[in-house]
Amino acid sequence: MLLLQIDIAFLIEKVILATVILLGSLGIAMYATWGERKVAAIMQDRIGPNRAGPLGLLQPLADGAKLFFKEEIIPDSSTRFLFILGPSLAMLTATMTSAVIPWGPDYVTESGRVISLQVADINIGILFIFGVVSLGVYGIMLGGWASNNKFSLLSSIRAAAQAVSYELALGISLVALLMMTGSLSLREIVAQQHGFWADGYFTWNFFKQPLGFLIFLICTFAELNRAPFDMAECESELNMGYHQEYSSMKLGFYLFAEYINMFISSVVIATLFFGGYNFPFMDEVLAGTGQMVFAIICVLVLLTKAIGFILFFMFIRWTLPRFRYDQLMKLGWRSLIPLALFNMLVTGLVILYALN
Amino acid sequence: MEKLTNRSVAVDRSPMTFGEKIYLPAIFKGLTITIGHIFKKKATVQYPEQKRPFSPVFRGLHVLNRDEEGRERCTACGLCALACPAEAITMEAAERKPEEKDLYREEKYAAKYEINMLRCIFCGYCEEACPKDAIYLSETLMPTHYSRKTMVYKKEDLLIPHPKKQAGQ
Repeated sequence: MLLLQIDIAFLIEKVILATVILLGSLGIAMYATWGERKVAAIMQDRIGPNRAGPLGLLQPLADGAKLFFKEEIIPDSSTRFLFILGPSLAMLTATMTSAVIPWGPDYVTESGRVISLQVADINIGILFIFGVVSLGVYGIMLGGWASNNKFSLLSSIRAAAQAVSYELALGISLVALLMMTGSLSLREIVAQQHGFWADGYFTWNFFKQPLGFLIFLICTFAELNRAPFDMAECESELNMGYHQEYSSMKLGFYLFAEYINMFISSVVIATLFFGGYNFPFMDEVLAGTGQMVFAIICVLVLLTKAIGFILFFMFIRWTLPRFRYDQLMKLGWRSLIPLALFNMLVTGLVILYALN
Repeated sequence: MEKLTNRSVAVDRSPMTFGEKIYLPAIFKGLTITIGHIFKKKATVQYPEQKRPFSPVFRGLHVLNRDEEGRERCTACGLCALACPAEAITMEAAERKPEEKDLYREEKYAAKYEINMLRCIFCGYCEEACPKDAIYLSETLMPTHYSRKTMVYKKEDLLIPHPKKQAGQ
């Protein structure tokens, strides 16, 4: 008697999907480093990388090759195991989040088989993302602690305190959203935001939770350790922060994990607040084109939204100076958390009123 | 204390207003400035392909001059070495032999003339001190070297090519 039916086709399609998503997010993160340098250059009236290949498009490859061939130094006084675990954990958690994101609508083959463009449709998708993102700070903490360097340690303490503080506001701002959607599953949340306009109002959550979106966005900056909240790698105070003792590809992993995180966060923001792969007039497009073309358009729409957010992250980085640490904490605890609580309260009242 | 200019402004330490406290208007203002820079002209000069013209007073690598007939102008008077604030110039004088008449312009010449480019600060005082118009600072940029030894430029490195003979002869 076979209790567990193993569906080979299912396994194969999930493996292919996971590989494509992993490689895709790595590729986008790679070109995000190029994009960041270009954006920085353009905002400072410069040209940016333009020597490696046309428009400097081979620059990420050159950077990667450089990092690979650099000498790898593990400090004598470091805790060797944790020192290696740090960047691995950062990279692992950065790539793990992509598993629960619905990248496109279901594709139904002629034989009636449903192929989902989501690696794992778990009904607690948002909780999973939260869990993994909270794990992400361990990469920084372990790295900073294992380096046995006071600046690295200080920086990782800062990063951990910052992550803990902002995760609260992040969570509370999402609670308001979840009260409206009534589901933790990302696929469900995206499905509720179908199209752009329905029943006389926008379907995207951004238009229902603008304050929640704002809080979520600000907290995402803090979670990503990105300017203006890049306390963890404050050059002027902490040299380079938690990755000061790192060299070669271990440093590369830390830097790269940040960009993967940025991409995944952009996708999560787009999924939660900007309708995921939904776009205006999608039903007409589906009727006009085939299912295959429609799925591709949906994935491209999601990627466009994500790239828009990545660009926004970059614009902010090259516009704002870094917050002072006490200002950061004050903003987190005294402004964002009360604001998120207020938002939750108002949302609850509105839902209560609407139900009656 | 008496004010030197009327441009000094007292630092405003009044507490932030509500509009400033929520940061968002300021962030938006900042973003409009940086996004505005996207459309501005780039200041970059693509150096090896594009070169900006030097200023007319640019002081680059030294050259030792010759006169119209290709004779060295330097008489090893030592005024340039004396004027040199970095003490980069060394020279040894020698007397011209009758058969060397078309090599050197006057009876005395520099048998050895060295400029230590590691010491030189390119101030141009040697050029000003020279009574014979023998040393000039050209518009050539100082190249880099792999060793200290080659940074000491000999007379052969400094002399301009002979106007009649071809270079290298």
